[in-house]
Amino acid sequence: MRKKLIATVLAGAFGFAGASFAADNSVEVLHWWTSGGEAAALNVLKGNLEKQGIKWNDMPVAGGGGEAAMTAVRARVTAGNPPTAVQMLGFDILDWGKQGVVADLNAVAAKEGWDKTVPAALQKFSKYNGKWIAAPVNVHSTNWVWANKEVLAKAGVTSDPKNWDEFIAAAEKVQKAGFIAIAHGGQPWQDATIFDGVVLTTGGVDYYRAAFIDLDPKAINSPTTEKVFQRMSQIRKLVDKDFSGRDWNVASGMVISGKAGFQIMGDWAKGEFLNAKKVPGKDFLCYRMPGTQGMVSFNSDQFVMFKVGSDKADAQAKLASAILDPGFQSAFNVVKGSVPARTDVPDTAFDACGKKGMKDLAEANKKNTLVGSIAHGHAVPASQKNAIYDVVTRHFNGQIDDKKAVADLAAALKQ
Amino acid sequence: MAERRSTGLRAERIILYAVLLCLAGLFLLPVYVMLSNSVKPLDEIRSGNLMALPIVWTIEPWLTAWSTAQIGVQPTGLKPYFINSFLLVVPAVAISTLIGALNGYILTQFKFRGANLLFAAMLFSVFIPFQIVLIPMAKTLGILGLAGTVKGLVFVNVVYGIGFTTLFFRNYYAAFPNELIRSARMDGADFFGVLFRILLPSSGPIIVVTVIWQFTNIWNEFLFGASFSDYSSFPITVALNNLVNSSTGVKEYNVHFAGAFIAAIPTLVVYLVSGKYFVRGLMAGSVKG
Amino acid sequence: MRAGVLPKLLLSPSVLLVLVCVYGYIMFTIYLSFTSSTLMPSYEWTGTASYQRLFAQENWHVALSNLWVFASLYIGVAVVLGMGFAILIDQHIRAEGVFRSIFLYPMALSFIVTGTAWKWLLDPGVGLEHTMHDLGWESFAFGWIKDSDMAIYCVVIAAVWQTTGFVMALFLAGLRGVDAEQISAARVDGARTWQIYLHIIIPQLGPVFVSAFVILAHMAIKSYDLVIALTNGGPGRSTWLPSVFMYQYSFTRNEMAIGAASAVMMLAAIGMVVLPYLYSEMRKVKNG
Repeated sequence: MRKKLIATVLAGAFGFAGASFAADNSVEVLHWWTSGGEAAALNVLKGNLEKQGIKWNDMPVAGGGGEAAMTAVRARVTAGNPPTAVQMLGFDILDWGKQGVVADLNAVAAKEGWDKTVPAALQKFSKYNGKWIAAPVNVHSTNWVWANKEVLAKAGVTSDPKNWDEFIAAAEKVQKAGFIAIAHGGQPWQDATIFDGVVLTTGGVDYYRAAFIDLDPKAINSPTTEKVFQRMSQIRKLVDKDFSGRDWNVASGMVISGKAGFQIMGDWAKGEFLNAKKVPGKDFLCYRMPGTQGMVSFNSDQFVMFKVGSDKADAQAKLASAILDPGFQSAFNVVKGSVPARTDVPDTAFDACGKKGMKDLAEANKKNTLVGSIAHGHAVPASQKNAIYDVVTRHFNGQIDDKKAVADLAAALKQ
Repeated sequence: MAERRSTGLRAERIILYAVLLCLAGLFLLPVYVMLSNSVKPLDEIRSGNLMALPIVWTIEPWLTAWSTAQIGVQPTGLKPYFINSFLLVVPAVAISTLIGALNGYILTQFKFRGANLLFAAMLFSVFIPFQIVLIPMAKTLGILGLAGTVKGLVFVNVVYGIGFTTLFFRNYYAAFPNELIRSARMDGADFFGVLFRILLPSSGPIIVVTVIWQFTNIWNEFLFGASFSDYSSFPITVALNNLVNSSTGVKEYNVHFAGAFIAAIPTLVVYLVSGKYFVRGLMAGSVKG
Repeated sequence: MRAGVLPKLLLSPSVLLVLVCVYGYIMFTIYLSFTSSTLMPSYEWTGTASYQRLFAQENWHVALSNLWVFASLYIGVAVVLGMGFAILIDQHIRAEGVFRSIFLYPMALSFIVTGTAWKWLLDPGVGLEHTMHDLGWESFAFGWIKDSDMAIYCVVIAAVWQTTGFVMALFLAGLRGVDAEQISAARVDGARTWQIYLHIIIPQLGPVFVSAFVILAHMAIKSYDLVIALTNGGPGRSTWLPSVFMYQYSFTRNEMAIGAASAVMMLAAIGMVVLPYLYSEMRKVKNG
């Protein structure tokens, strides 16, 4: 009887001790990828983790390119129960790093050699105070033009425009032929996405950096800025009258269906074309904003790892590692339309436009012409990004003229 | 209105009905658009007219919205989140109605210093915007250990329902005939006796008003639901937002409309079934200020 | 009856919750508006800097002028229509229940559903304008929602549609509460129906106007979801309301101090409007 009692107590004690050392093999991921295509891409990651015995708890909050999600994150962190990982862009990552609530991924990063394989311009956003805090999933780029080959042929546009003036001429030809020249959705971030490309083609990388990353007042107040806004006005004349508020993928649809000739949009647009079973080179063309070949304005979705309890740390590390896994990087980005965040992933699985994107990225990384997108939070932090949105969208909607736009921009970005 | 003679007023009646029918048509227009487009196949929506009746009728969008639509990484449809919303709304409505009744009773039947001020303070609380609440409430929920749970959401919705529920019951009980209460007291009824045996049984109309108001507001609430829940507890409004606001891919408008309707069915049922009692409840005193 | 310990005790949870979760948070927000908070609250005092920056924001002035337009139209039209509908329904019509349900049901829908449905109807490319063109009325134009100057009126339309039924229910209840004897007496004196409404019934509806005003004002302040679903604040920033401004600056733009300052301004404005009503409510206690 006594032996049984001791045995029971000992078993209970070991059981208790065992339980307290048991790791929580689950990760909660907050993101805004809720459409079919995006979910398919994310499911690759989920599947890879499940093979390692880690459960994926999904916390999707859609809308506004992450607006609602970022608000939810604030509440979660304040309440003391942050998700394991949160999808984030650019300066938001660094802002959270400053709050001191993020995890340290240096162990995983060192083991897998992230410092060598992730482009330096991306690392700027993945690290805080020398510590890795986020795992980049992809690299999108915003200075692209997408065109319907048939519409262009019907309009008499025979060659790809090599510079701005040729681009405008081609667009005007399309417009005269009865099509919509540029399919555009009038939302502040879309107006700003066009702005990225126009800034690059008008002033080059040096001007881009000086004015919109370093916020040098001389650069902002220079005649180049006025030229940028003049060119934005030229674009304004080439969109249809119902552009306001249109969603970007509806605009892509206009190019796919042959209503419009061009769309100036980031490479996530490629996904729409591929979904509609269009073939790059045959049905649609993809090239850099004329005048920006050799430069890449990028944005990168990264999963920021928050400080979670020690029982979850192991699963979190595995998640980070799975994100940077070359196989995953290839599979995910083929579906998503972007290019891998590591430069050592083979491009065999990618379509023609994807291959071009990867080549351009590698080249820009080498030549140091890889700059963060203004429109997507990789040039300046949220407060200034939105101030730029204000000016760009007011100007695009005709509420202020070119000169006033320059003045407003200078005032908004004053340090 | 009292009696009216029907002879000689035929023209007026015809105009009256005509106007009412026009207005009714206008009011039904958005719902008609949502419903008719939720049973069309997608290509018909893209090529056709939003206001036309379907050429091909299909129930696919409804089935998709319910059980296979993409809400997050898994195609679960709205079903699991429908249940989450019920788990949130039922306790929250029950508790906040009870609190409203209790507060209304105390504020009208008992005299003490500051009673009026307290009521005014509770009433003003209905105007607090969500944006102010987010961060401090997150901290509070964290401290209370309720973060990310349905209980936490119930707590938040109950707190911000105190203002209106107290208002409804307080005005109702203020108009309650005092003789009944006085005689019950003389018969020895204590605090709870008066509340449970005299007041509550006659509170039918105002209970309906309160329940309708709270049910609608809490069921349709999005911002708290997105911020204070976690992956296991978020309500249907968050799920619907994920369905409708996904940023890439073909927008399946028919599924979106079906989903919006599914999310709206409980509140619609509540309104349609109890509309009559709603007006009666309002009549019974909450309106008289 | 004098309050003993029990009633005060039972009231205190509500009082405590409101004190902390409403007034406490308001105090916190007021404090934040004097700090350098950006992404999250910071406690570094900066004086009135945030208020100065607030008033320098063009977005704030757009939001304020939109609020003025929106609130006055929304409240005015909803009250007039609500009262009108109530009077119409009060005429002993058949199928009163059906009509009442038709006007009342929009209140059951969330702002997100309302915004989405109306966004479609008002879109010139696919909604009303497109339908009219298809039906042959080529010159019909209703592109307000794409027009910077007119888009705010679309928000008014959707909001009025949503709440008029509720206001109607309030007025219907009020109408039916008027003393029937006064009306019969007036009839006997030969008064026409419209005169009875104008001179006897409507003047007695004071409390209903006040209740309707409070409820509508409260919805106007909280109209964030509707604006976002309908226009997302656009075209550009032209349909911003203070609720949108507060959200954008507190969260999206990582300018929490400015967001807090705007919230303080809004609360002060609401206070000024609502305080007279609260004062009158405070005095209307009937007890034994």
